[in-house]
Amino acid sequence: MNSVIKGASYVLVHTPDMVVENGSTQTTERIVNPESDYLKQLPKHIRSYEQALGYLPNQTYIGNCTPDELAKVEQPWYDKPCEGKRFGKFGEIMPQEEFYLLMQVCDVFDLMYLEKSFVAAVKPTFEKHPLITPEIVARVHEGVEQEQIEAFVKEEHAEPILHGGKLVGYVKRAHDVDVNLSAHVILENLVSKASSVLSLLHVVHNTGIDKGDVDYVIDCCEEACGDMNQRGGGNFAKAAAEIAGLTGASGCDVRGFCAGPSHAMITAASLVKAGTYRNVIVTAGGCTAKLGMNGKDHVKKDMPVLEDMVGGFSVLVSQNDGISPEINNGICGRHAVGTGSSPQAVISSLVLEPLQKAGLKITDIDRYAVEMQNPDITKPAGAGDVPLANYKMIAALAVKNGDLERAGLNAFVQEHGMAGWAPTQGHIPSGVPYIGFCCEDILAGRVKKAMIIGKGSLFLGRMTNLFDGVSFIIQENSHESEEGGVSEGQVKSLIAKAMRDFALSLGAAGTEESR
Amino acid sequence: MSILKGKKVVIIGDRDGIPGPAIEECVKTAGGEAVFSATECFV
Amino acid sequence: MDLENQKRVKEFAEQYGPENVVVILGAAEGEAAGLAAETVTAGDPTFAGPLTGVQLGLSVYHICEDEIKAEVDPDVYDEQISMMEMVLDVDDIKSEMTSIREQYCKY
Repeated sequence: MNSVIKGASYVLVHTPDMVVENGSTQTTERIVNPESDYLKQLPKHIRSYEQALGYLPNQTYIGNCTPDELAKVEQPWYDKPCEGKRFGKFGEIMPQEEFYLLMQVCDVFDLMYLEKSFVAAVKPTFEKHPLITPEIVARVHEGVEQEQIEAFVKEEHAEPILHGGKLVGYVKRAHDVDVNLSAHVILENLVSKASSVLSLLHVVHNTGIDKGDVDYVIDCCEEACGDMNQRGGGNFAKAAAEIAGLTGASGCDVRGFCAGPSHAMITAASLVKAGTYRNVIVTAGGCTAKLGMNGKDHVKKDMPVLEDMVGGFSVLVSQNDGISPEINNGICGRHAVGTGSSPQAVISSLVLEPLQKAGLKITDIDRYAVEMQNPDITKPAGAGDVPLANYKMIAALAVKNGDLERAGLNAFVQEHGMAGWAPTQGHIPSGVPYIGFCCEDILAGRVKKAMIIGKGSLFLGRMTNLFDGVSFIIQENSHESEEGGVSEGQVKSLIAKAMRDFALSLGAAGTEESR
Repeated sequence: MSILKGKKVVIIGDRDGIPGPAIEECVKTAGGEAVFSATECFV
Repeated sequence: MDLENQKRVKEFAEQYGPENVVVILGAAEGEAAGLAAETVTAGDPTFAGPLTGVQLGLSVYHICEDEIKAEVDPDVYDEQISMMEMVLDVDDIKSEMTSIREQYCKY
């Protein structure tokens, strides 16, 4: 029996100082061109927390606006502020100062320190967060003196932690020689871990699952943790599960660049379907390196730097309950080693081939979730509208395959596609941002089948020139249950069967008599 | 005059446009020698 | 353009002579194609990479331009590229590339 999706969570963290301090575009610029105009202009283009809240794609990410509602608003979106709510039905947009406390909570090796008065000022708000437990609050340290922070940043290669341009803490290196444990890497990993923890807390809340019932967590971010003897040794999953209080869970990390989340979802669905585990959470935190990645273009075009959000998401995959949307393991697309790297070969392997195998047409899928990058971010940077390009590719493929008239190309994109709303955090926009809305659309009967597509740029790791990608289908529940109880769907089908049997027996009796 | 024939061709593909290896396949048929092929990624 | 890629372009121009090198781009948009083309002809306009201030003037085309398409085996082009012609704004790419070549291309 297929596994189901019980629910999802989506979180963002507004990290204005980290854009400047930790984004790789900015750190590279400071090395090659420290006096550049860009670095001087950048601070003027950083958004306030309120501005980030009032940004429609961000509100869409946390569930306060649907993709269809977003698509109705004319682009660009950054100059059309909306009502900014911190919490949405899927998650929240956390401000930087509270996130720093969560990062410190996630540090179990005494590597991150915050300044005393900063902690004292932020802790009361942090404690009141509806999902932050007393166990988590108990992990917040009192903080250290400003002199200690300055000394470590100046003399010990510590990474500075800034808030509002002011030094409020540091992350120190975990080893004097090992670059894999440098302050830079530890900070990146703490950000990833903390944003994953926040997503986990929200998915537990959204689904109502008992924390002890989570058997397994799969992390699918794009960071690596380990030391010089095992650089990608891992287990962000278990590390985050520990802080989130999932005491019954083990876990592992699944990697595949931006395709990681789709690989992880297929793995989770298979583990549950096989009966290995009952409840598996797929989770990922965000990435500091990609903050302000296209900042130069945004500044040049006099826009706010829109890549100021760290993203996170979690999805709970469970045994079939007879109600929730199912993952159909039988229809999975995959880009194989021999597929080739031309865009048509890639999209054929992910969309056309699995559908053909299942006897379906491209037009049989109501919604496609591709790489849902926000076009507000990518268009000014010359990367185009990534989801739109993907939808056009699927439509072009449908035309080539005879599933669609050429004249219907644009209508197909409108009906089966969506406008992108996710931050450019690599794995975060990759197909998965739609899962939360998808479950709602399916439960409401608006969508019967949706395809989630993840693509990954393996060549960035310099180990292969290959591209990668996998896809899977989420569909209506077939109303079968294996949780012991009998579902409403099952009751209906049992009654229908009984009626049919009864009618048949009457008919049979009649036939007997007439003989 | 031919543009690619007999030339050393440097390929800068794009993940969301045409990736390097796809361009490489084309360049070979035109008699160019692909000495380098990369694929850039903006997302 | 990625800094490492700029470095490689510069090295190839030195190694083979700029007149013997052709750069072929696969950019997704006209503007991005134009910026990359400018980088390998007039120098890195973002002042970030090894090609800053280096005027290589290399011959540079986008794979979707007619001049290049005409030289490629039509079957291979159809298999590798043709679908993307339906997706990309090829006219915009062509006009950006032509403009850069007219201004900065030496070969």
